[in-house]
Amino acid sequence: MNRRHFLVAGALAATALTALPPSALLAQSPDWQTVLAEAKGQTVYWHAWGGDPKINDFIAWVGDQAQDRYGVALTHVKLASTADAVARVLAEKEAGITTGGAVDLIWINGENFAAMKAQGLLQGPFAESLPNWNLVDVAGKPAVVTDFTLPTEGFESPWAMAQLVFEYDSARLPTPPQSLEALQQWIIANPGRFTYPQPPDYLGTTFLKQLAYGTLADPAVLQKPVDDASYAQTVAPMWAWLDAVTPHLWRAGKAYPQNEPALGQLLADSEIDIGFAFNPGRASAEIAAGTLPDTMRTFTLAGGTIGNASFVAIPFNAAHSAGARVIANLLLDPQVQARAQDPGVLGFQTVLNVAALPAEDRARFEALDLGIATLPPEAMGPALLEPHASWMIRIGQDWVERYGVAQ
Amino acid sequence: MPNKPLPSPRPTSKAGALLRQAPRLTVLLLVAPVAAGLFGTIAPVLRDHAAPMQAVLTWQGLPVAVMLSVKTGVLSTLGALVITLLVVASLGDGRAFRLIQHLLAPLLAVPHAAAALGLAFLIAPSGWLARLVSPWATGWQHPPDLLVLNDPGGWALTLGLMAKEVPFLLLMTLAALPQTDARRRVLQAQSLGAGRVAGFVVGVLPTLYAQLRLPIYAVLAYAMTVVDMAFILGPTLPPTLSAQIVIWMNDPSLSGRDLAAAGATLQVALVLTAIVIWRLAEAVASRLLTRAAWAGLRAPLADRMARPIGLALGFGFAGLLFSGLAGLGLWSVAGLWQFPDATPETLSLTTWRRAGPDLVASTGLTLAIAAVATLAALALVLACLEAEQRFSLSPGANGLFILYLPLIIPQIAFLPGLQSLSLRLGVEGSWWAVAAAHLVFVLPYVFLSLAAPYRSLDPRFRLAAQSLGARPLRLFVTVILPLLLRPILTAMAVGLAVSIGQYLPTLLIGGGRVETLTTEAVALSSGANRRLIGAYGLAQTLLPAAGFALAIALPAIVFRHRRGMEART
Repeated sequence: MNRRHFLVAGALAATALTALPPSALLAQSPDWQTVLAEAKGQTVYWHAWGGDPKINDFIAWVGDQAQDRYGVALTHVKLASTADAVARVLAEKEAGITTGGAVDLIWINGENFAAMKAQGLLQGPFAESLPNWNLVDVAGKPAVVTDFTLPTEGFESPWAMAQLVFEYDSARLPTPPQSLEALQQWIIANPGRFTYPQPPDYLGTTFLKQLAYGTLADPAVLQKPVDDASYAQTVAPMWAWLDAVTPHLWRAGKAYPQNEPALGQLLADSEIDIGFAFNPGRASAEIAAGTLPDTMRTFTLAGGTIGNASFVAIPFNAAHSAGARVIANLLLDPQVQARAQDPGVLGFQTVLNVAALPAEDRARFEALDLGIATLPPEAMGPALLEPHASWMIRIGQDWVERYGVAQ
Repeated sequence: MPNKPLPSPRPTSKAGALLRQAPRLTVLLLVAPVAAGLFGTIAPVLRDHAAPMQAVLTWQGLPVAVMLSVKTGVLSTLGALVITLLVVASLGDGRAFRLIQHLLAPLLAVPHAAAALGLAFLIAPSGWLARLVSPWATGWQHPPDLLVLNDPGGWALTLGLMAKEVPFLLLMTLAALPQTDARRRVLQAQSLGAGRVAGFVVGVLPTLYAQLRLPIYAVLAYAMTVVDMAFILGPTLPPTLSAQIVIWMNDPSLSGRDLAAAGATLQVALVLTAIVIWRLAEAVASRLLTRAAWAGLRAPLADRMARPIGLALGFGFAGLLFSGLAGLGLWSVAGLWQFPDATPETLSLTTWRRAGPDLVASTGLTLAIAAVATLAALALVLACLEAEQRFSLSPGANGLFILYLPLIIPQIAFLPGLQSLSLRLGVEGSWWAVAAAHLVFVLPYVFLSLAAPYRSLDPRFRLAAQSLGARPLRLFVTVILPLLLRPILTAMAVGLAVSIGQYLPTLLIGGGRVETLTTEAVALSSGANRRLIGAYGLAQTLLPAAGFALAIALPAIVFRHRRGMEART
């Protein structure tokens, strides 16, 4: 860039700074313009879990936006499990396919991210150079840059916040137990009316991690890798809690639901009285869809519940990397984030710092009716950080040994 | 005379020489992908002194998981076989039997996952049956805490498997029956004082079983390796071996993939062992049957028992499948539907409206793939059968075994290997590659449906046409094909249904970019959303059912003035 151009650009930037938010400024940067030009006309294959029609509809809507705004086509490859996409990229790497891979973008987090990053299956860093990155609430929501204690280092870009909330039908259960001790007593007093998804399902493991937070003498150890020497003694109170309730679980602990939707179905069928979900807006969204009664309510536990973020990542050999970055950036757009938070659409929590948004965008969030079953932000309680991934693996394995082979 | 070669009696044309190679080409098409895939799966298991295999062998759930796979597989196959034989032996060819024949097509068309989910919704403590009698008869305000589904004994899974296996075995039996001369043999036995059932068992069963043997092995292998049904109905603490393999495959740490490969290798060994043991049991049963025949088995009382039992079981299982599907259909238009309401509180078309565009899009692609795979399979099968007739080739037992290879080797054991092969060749990710993979599974079924009617076609038709001077091609096109219209259409309907139902081959070879009704349905069913599963399950059933309906309707129109000409399936 010669001196004259530099001056012009500087003058432009100076005027722009006063008129435009930083994201809009970045969006005009020559680097990003190059990405947009490259992305135009591309078809991005986004591999994402396809088990929820609400999410599928939302992704289709994002696709329409991408087409209208940037001329990027989006195809949602509906997966039964994220591991299918991970396996796919791994198979391509083993077959020596280093360009033109089938997967452009993956909805990912936690262990899948850790595994892909460790194997060099991801492209990056890219997240922090997205124009909308400046809107992300990095200070207030540390989970957007630390995935299961692993720093994301820009190899994945967040698009939704999740926090564990418990769900119940207030018509059947007027006052739910709001601490782990109260929950334990309630389960014993009401046999067969509570259960959790079978680990290693992620929601089932999340419940175990929540137990660890609530029962361990010093939960701070969860942020470090498992220490083999003290492990057994450290987690003993957690197993004691579970041992006490297991005979009183749904089906006396002889069968468990497979995953979050299966648990939700049990609650809808009145097979259990208390369920839980990794989405504070799920109950309201289901009420809006007419599939749960409007007497459903949610609560969190005293001391807080586990919270984490959902991310998108780009495989190392993605055929349409520029298009994938455009989609990752679009997912951070205030309009898109506000739509995701609408309980009539998804009920996902935003990753943005709403208070710092320009008035027009802030108004989109303030206008949202969060729904009758959704807790207001001040009642949510603290979001506890995910433990180090080694805890999830170790606790999951131990669970299988203790309860997973019941016969 | 100098050793001048004798002129061959029938000079073979170039096309004829090509035709002669058809069986070899078919065998290659079946063996090559399975062998290449198996190799790709087993090779990693042997790395590092077979460490993954050792890890699987020391997994503490292994004994129970293996027992469950064997138990549910063997019991459901045995149960389905007994019910099929009861129906065939006791119902003769009366009205009830014809009704069952008509029900067969839609029953075959119900996809396994939809059948399992329908059944699950029917028999769960919060299911339709409980809702119908609650609270007025049971007093249940909320569902009782009963372990009906996912029971540790695997009985719900066995029941579900039987419900899907009976229609398939019945179809195979109906195809084989015409060659057993059943009616005359039973009549003859009856004239000697035996009951219908005893006459069938002694006179028909030995011949019939010889033809059913391989389909039964295929059913046994399928039942022992089924994944979708095992997840929905089977136990989970631990699950069956096949379900555990999928859990390992889905392990996010990627190290589970080696375990999955080792588990799949074990699975192949398990299936082959089960088949060998089954074969030994056949020998014992055959001894016992001979002894009973020599002792003059007549069992007239068996007839009185067998008929009502056969009727009850045959229609009972059909009823289970149909009501399960009806339940799913109702869910697809349900708004709020809480326990213990017998019907939804509100009805809505939201599910269909939402799923509509995707349904239409994936239906087109599903049909295109199914049509290509089925037509290719049909061409190969017809070429094989025609070659067999024209060159008097006799298909050995080996040939038949090869035909069943893709059905007996568990899909999960060779498809991942096949995927990496196709990745290396750069042929995956397109719809025609998926159609080619489907061909491996469609071909055996098309062959099985068509072989018997083709071989039992009255040879005098051929002779008559030849004596009138018809060349082989003309004979084939103007005589054989029209005569076999009904079995050909049935074989095509079976082929379409098989292709439409394929999940793993579509997912792995299609790279996720080829979206069929079934890949969509399986992705959606991971969300356990009964409403959507209802919509997709119905669509998945209707598509092949339309094929079967055409296969029944078309010949009826074509042959309306030529009843006697029609070859029956």
